[in-house]
Amino acid sequence: MDSKFIKTIKWLGLGFLEPLINLFQGKETDKNVRLVLRQIIAPVLSVFIFLGVCNFGASYLYNIEKERKIEKTRADQGGAAAEEMERCIDSGEASCKPNSLPSPGDVKEGAKALWADHKKISESKKAFKNKTAKINAQRKASGLEPIKYTGRPSFVDQIKTSLKTVFAGFLLAAFLAIPAGIVLGLSETLRSSLNWIIQILKPVSPVVWLLLVSMVIKTVLANSDSDKSFIISFISVGFCSMWATLVNTTMGVSSVDKDFLNVSKVLRLGVFSNVFKVILPASIPMIFTGLRITLSVSWMVLIAIELLAQSPGLGSFVWEEFQNGASNSNAKIIVAMFVIGFIGFMLDRIMMIIQKLVSFDNN
Amino acid sequence: MMSNAILDNKIMLECMDIKKSYPSPDGEFVVLEDFQLKIHEKEFVSIIGHSGCGKSTLLTMVAGLNDITDGKILLESRKIRGAGPDRAVVFQSPSLFPWMTALENVMIGVKQVFSHGTKKQREDICKYYLTKVGLGNSMHKKARSLSQGMKQRVGIARAFSLKPKVLLLDEPFGMLDSMTRVELQDVLIDVWSKEQITAIMVTHDVDEAIFLSDRVIMMTGGPYAKVGDVAHINIERPRNRTTTIEDPRFYKYRQHLLEFLDH
Ligand SMILES: Nc1ncnc2c1ncn2[C@@H]1O[C@H](COP(=O)(O)OP(=O)(O)O)[C@@H](O)[C@H]1O
Ligand SMILES: [Mg+2]
Repeated sequence: MDSKFIKTIKWLGLGFLEPLINLFQGKETDKNVRLVLRQIIAPVLSVFIFLGVCNFGASYLYNIEKERKIEKTRADQGGAAAEEMERCIDSGEASCKPNSLPSPGDVKEGAKALWADHKKISESKKAFKNKTAKINAQRKASGLEPIKYTGRPSFVDQIKTSLKTVFAGFLLAAFLAIPAGIVLGLSETLRSSLNWIIQILKPVSPVVWLLLVSMVIKTVLANSDSDKSFIISFISVGFCSMWATLVNTTMGVSSVDKDFLNVSKVLRLGVFSNVFKVILPASIPMIFTGLRITLSVSWMVLIAIELLAQSPGLGSFVWEEFQNGASNSNAKIIVAMFVIGFIGFMLDRIMMIIQKLVSFDNN
Repeated sequence: MMSNAILDNKIMLECMDIKKSYPSPDGEFVVLEDFQLKIHEKEFVSIIGHSGCGKSTLLTMVAGLNDITDGKILLESRKIRGAGPDRAVVFQSPSLFPWMTALENVMIGVKQVFSHGTKKQREDICKYYLTKVGLGNSMHKKARSLSQGMKQRVGIARAFSLKPKVLLLDEPFGMLDSMTRVELQDVLIDVWSKEQITAIMVTHDVDEAIFLSDRVIMMTGGPYAKVGDVAHINIERPRNRTTTIEDPRFYKYRQHLLEFLDH
């Protein structure tokens, strides 16, 4: 029972908690105290050290920026104005706040502000929905498009949009790369004749993919009223990230254990059985390694692509905040940075768990 | 049955003037040359020889998994072409598909060979052989979760279930510890005595070769390896391990093989 619990925990990638559990059960106290120190206390300490360093750095930069602002006021408007400015800055008035790297405290305030904003927007959305429910029902009955909420999206909405785009891009990558990888893996001729194109396209930057995809989509969807910026971003994400899966699938399929292929030959399995019962299952672990890389690449390029394509999502959120220049914009950008990092980490964890589920060599 | 009587059986497998060479940076590397071998129906033949002399090469050629440079291999007087279930192989590494259960590993072959039978009949065949090799209770375990010895039991069941004309075994017990090896030799000989399938086994264990075989082929060291000597093992079957080992003939054969290998 206990060992099963620990196994589950380890399986979820939370193995560092094991010594703590053992300690609570009074097992091997000395060893587990040392392990707890190393695996739990030390990382927690490092968080505080990290915050301290950030705080120090932020206040150092803040002071430089503050001095500069006061000196500038003094040069432009004279001593009285400079003193007024200093007072204003020290009072924490948002309008005179120097624009510098935000401190951990500012970031916390930024996060709170974003959350409050989200609350407000979802409330107004709900109100809108209630108000238009009746009209929309009527419109639907008479075959008209419902009236949609057109207000500003909240931070949480942006996260959802980004996740939607990344999954669409990831699925596109998987649907393109896995079948293509299987075909390439099976045929040595195709592999050697198409290798150059893969090698050339693989390192192409996300920006270029975005431009290329928009050139095509612009023409193809010229007369359609679908969400072009979403389509352009997810297709670009798919093209940027599919290469890892393509290369891994090709490798996996072409390097199936020779013994397995020999068994398949002795049994005279047909082409279909050979591919679907032997070659594919044997390459599943490699394919999933590729998919895991593809997902993390998708997430990474997504932010840049959204930023450039001006399609809604975390990327454009960051960009808009940067241009907006409100007193807490910088803090919000840092919040977005951690959210992006955290989501990326979670996506990778999920893929890692799936990868463990499907691999057959180590259980 | 006296072992000698087997030599009156018809020829099951014949290697004629076999030559095998691999390309190498400095010309061709000749592993086997002028290799001749005739194997009778229901005969159990072991092949021993030094490591690297070409035993696996020979066996994979018979299996149809390796091209023959020159000469030909006849199975019931017909030239073999490619691999097939009429020449089942037990590989040194069991080579089970780890994502399948023991039963599925056997089933995938039985499906190919008994495509005319019903699903129930095929399943019965698989279960029969898995029970024979002592896996009656582990049929539904995933192959990856089986021990090395159990995997090789499945390998043996898979090979016999194909009802092959010739059974090819390449150091099937080479990766096992000595206890498991003895167990599996007994399993193998037990199933084999029932089925009486012509068998060729490569091994470097002299005792194993004598205990299991009707004839032991000794190969000369490579390159240009060929048949160096042959020992007919005239010990009656069924053989009991203890009485066989105490048999004075056993020592004579043992001496003969070891002397050959020493040169
Ligand atoms: N695919 C190959 N290419 C080149 N040389 C090979 C190949 N397979 C085996 N050999 C060589 O052929 C010789 C015989 O190998 P093998 O049949 O595996 O020996 P054994 O099974 O008797 O130990 C060895 O010298 C080995 O290096
Ligand atoms: Mg060998």
